[in-house]
Amino acid sequence: MTVGNDQAPSGIRTSKPDELHVVRQPLPRHDQAEKIAGSTRYAGDFAFASMLHARLVRSPMPSARITARDASAALAVPGVVAVLFGEDVPHNLIWVDVPGQTVEVAALKASMEVLTTDRVRFHGEPVALVVAETEDALAQACEQVVVDYEELPAVFEPDQALAAGAPRVHETGNLLSEWVIDRGDVDAAFASADVVVEGSYQTQPVDHAYLEPEAGVGWLDDEGVLNLRVATQVVEHYRDVARILGIPEARVRVIAPYLGGGFGGKEDMTVEPYLGLAAWRTKRPVRMQWTRQESLLARPKRHRMQLRYRTAATRNGQVIGQDIDITADSGAYAYLSALVLLYSSVHACGPYRVGNVRLRARCAYTNNPPTSAFRGFGGMQVVFGYEAQMDLLAGALGLSRAEIRKRNAIVRGDRLPVGQVIETEVLLAQAIDAALERAGDKPLPSGEGKVVGRGVACNLQSYGRCVWLNDSAAAWVGFQLDGSLSVRCAVPDVGGGQASSLAQIAAEVLRVPMDLITVHFGDSALNPLAGTTTATRQLLMSGNAVYEASSALRANVLRAVARTTGVPADGLALDEGLITGPGVAMALTEAIVLCRRLNVPIEALGTFFGPKGTPVVKNLQADRVFPDFTFGAHVCDLEVDLDTGGVELLAYVAAHDVGRAINPRSVHGQIAGAVAQGLGMALLEEVVVEEGVNLTAGFFQYLIPTATDIPDIDALILESGEGMGPFGARGIGEPPIGPPPAAVASAIEDALGVRPTRLPITPERVLHCIAAAGGGPLQEQR
Amino acid sequence: MTATITTTLTVNGRQICKAAPAHLSLLRWLRDVAGVTDPKYGCGEGICGSCTVLLDGEPVSSCLVLAAQADGAAITTASGLLEPDGSLGRLQRAFHVTHAAQCGYCTPGMLMAAAAALAGSQRLSRQEIRARLHGNLCRCTGYGPIVDAIELAQDEAADDRGK
Ligand code: FES
Ligand code: FES
Repeated sequence: MTVGNDQAPSGIRTSKPDELHVVRQPLPRHDQAEKIAGSTRYAGDFAFASMLHARLVRSPMPSARITARDASAALAVPGVVAVLFGEDVPHNLIWVDVPGQTVEVAALKASMEVLTTDRVRFHGEPVALVVAETEDALAQACEQVVVDYEELPAVFEPDQALAAGAPRVHETGNLLSEWVIDRGDVDAAFASADVVVEGSYQTQPVDHAYLEPEAGVGWLDDEGVLNLRVATQVVEHYRDVARILGIPEARVRVIAPYLGGGFGGKEDMTVEPYLGLAAWRTKRPVRMQWTRQESLLARPKRHRMQLRYRTAATRNGQVIGQDIDITADSGAYAYLSALVLLYSSVHACGPYRVGNVRLRARCAYTNNPPTSAFRGFGGMQVVFGYEAQMDLLAGALGLSRAEIRKRNAIVRGDRLPVGQVIETEVLLAQAIDAALERAGDKPLPSGEGKVVGRGVACNLQSYGRCVWLNDSAAAWVGFQLDGSLSVRCAVPDVGGGQASSLAQIAAEVLRVPMDLITVHFGDSALNPLAGTTTATRQLLMSGNAVYEASSALRANVLRAVARTTGVPADGLALDEGLITGPGVAMALTEAIVLCRRLNVPIEALGTFFGPKGTPVVKNLQADRVFPDFTFGAHVCDLEVDLDTGGVELLAYVAAHDVGRAINPRSVHGQIAGAVAQGLGMALLEEVVVEEGVNLTAGFFQYLIPTATDIPDIDALILESGEGMGPFGARGIGEPPIGPPPAAVASAIEDALGVRPTRLPITPERVLHCIAAAGGGPLQEQR
Repeated sequence: MTATITTTLTVNGRQICKAAPAHLSLLRWLRDVAGVTDPKYGCGEGICGSCTVLLDGEPVSSCLVLAAQADGAAITTASGLLEPDGSLGRLQRAFHVTHAAQCGYCTPGMLMAAAAALAGSQRLSRQEIRARLHGNLCRCTGYGPIVDAIELAQDEAADDRGK
């Protein structure tokens, strides 16, 4: 069975539920027991007896010229081994537009220094790397590194950064990237519209706030290979480290143990280049662990976006035009901003048919902390805009919120504004109905001074990387002589059950019991490369690679048995360690010996190539930008306290068409976790940066939801049976994080009659809505 | 030079006696000096609960306690909840059944908060369980399966008492 680009171009997969044995079973993940026993060794849990410790000295100001640096006092601290500046880095440059193993990203080329040499552009930028024998010496020495700064003009608002005469963050100017969509005749659509609604929405920067801060250990092994065992979503960063050190890629190995969460924050390099540098220079094992404060201070955030929408519709609720302007804050460096903005552009009209679209999306450099990948990746912020517009339309036309959405919901065969046709079955309208049915009657207020609201929000989110990136994933599957199975695939497991799902896929194809399967993951040297655990791509990519390898292995074994017994391979079945057919009953272990006798391999390598497409530079018109999309509908019930503006979440239902649920438990886990993270963004979280200074660099200041903030989340799984992953699975890691902020705003509008348009929806902002609803001045929301 | 002090703790029933800098937190002492890595570092400021251990039966954020202050105490961490044969203990089995660990980084701390919550004799409602977990952050699960696990363990304990 072959898959990939030589098959049907779309690569759609399907499966029949009654033919599946292991897939669709809510099996306990194989990594659970160790984690619960407390014995899983995360990146920071690994230590060498005589290792060194490393830490960064970071810029205290957002925009300055470095006028002098002096390491002598730091070097005089007993136990200090090295103090490194940019000049000590062999190739002091990180290309920030090329994550992992891919080849090119449109026309953008941007870079940043590993350690900045003459200019700092954000508060927290790395300036020096200190290495010492003990943590105490390290702390002391870091304070002794002298760096003199001369303050430079700075800019903190994207709009201002794009205005003429703004201080330049980079010599190339402050416009980092721009995307445009121009489809149909927008002016004619608006001229002929029965109703036009308009809105402006503001999203905030937020932090991934995984519980495991960035950490790792680096050492040289007996072959002289630089090993980095780090918390990362991308083992392929070994290439970047090799380039920085000026050594062959084959001399660097990245090992990703189980991660304590990633959410996109461990997609760009974090500790890797510094650990590599320290271990390479000192030839000794080195550990680096970022503090929570450091992680919150300086690691890239989710993009703050200003979204401006004008939407035209007919009397019967058909959306006929969208006019959209998006401005995003990239912060001080490019990182993945151009791609994030591409996602925003492609997803900006939501899961709805729109014939006429004008969109301009721009991303500006500022002297704020950089922004980059975060679960939902630009496809997430725009939900807050397009779903507000749908509610406005519903109100203007007297339609229910469900009805306006169902009338416009994308179905198979519809074309997205960029030009891509949706080829798989889509169950969006069904998801809306299922979520509303599960939600039941709207709850009643708990007492005086309380009002209750119900919100609805839908979304689409791509799974699989942008098709211009030439994505691929490989996996190796091999029988051991006792019939147990080894799966080798360098996929990093970020906590979503990535490795466990691969075992389940192999178990389905080869009918080997789950407890006889071992998955070796997250190692760039010893396992076939599988690419990044990002972009909701691993089930699609590694899943298909394991499927392909397992299928080839199964064919090998059956072929050997066929040759010996004379029963054709397609008349043979492999099930639970036994091969059966007319007059045939052979133990798998016997067949394995047979394979060796007949020179038939008992292992197979599968490489899956993602769908391809031709990159466009600015004007988005393309037959395909992403492999496919996942669709969902959420319903949120909440109560507003009219005195305090406090919001209590009462119930939350999230329904997604996942194509086929490989492991329903893992799917539930992904949905509930993403919803909780989205609710944090809706109500609580904000990276507060004033004049470039990050004021939320600690969990005291940066609040994420606790167990009392989140209601029980009801995750509904719909299975269209069609997707591009194995057995027709669609990706689900990112999609459910999109709707919550819009669903909460929708519910508040339902309760109060006025919609919050700015995130997070704090009690203060709710009080503004209450005042406006009571006839108070409807001011610009702040 | 930093002053060194010898501290003796009984960790999961095993006595450990080590000299270390006097200012080390219990968390760092356990992880970096004693090699007990199941309590995790998440914030170092008493907010996230990843470092929660039982100190003479009481849950504490081990990042906020000095190891020296705890001298002589009995410490229980997640691995201390295992059965003598090394299999998962009751509370841990409940976490396993309800799929309460995703990335698992919060889990060792969460288990200790859960163990402390279940130590009392009165039955906790879901809302009360949530309140007991207030000092333990989880970014992966949305908390539901963790609350399910504690409810399950509580029910099983009640069944046992009924027998
Ligand atoms: S590390 Fe102790 S509470 Fe966070
Ligand atoms: S399971 Fe990842 S933080 Fe709780």
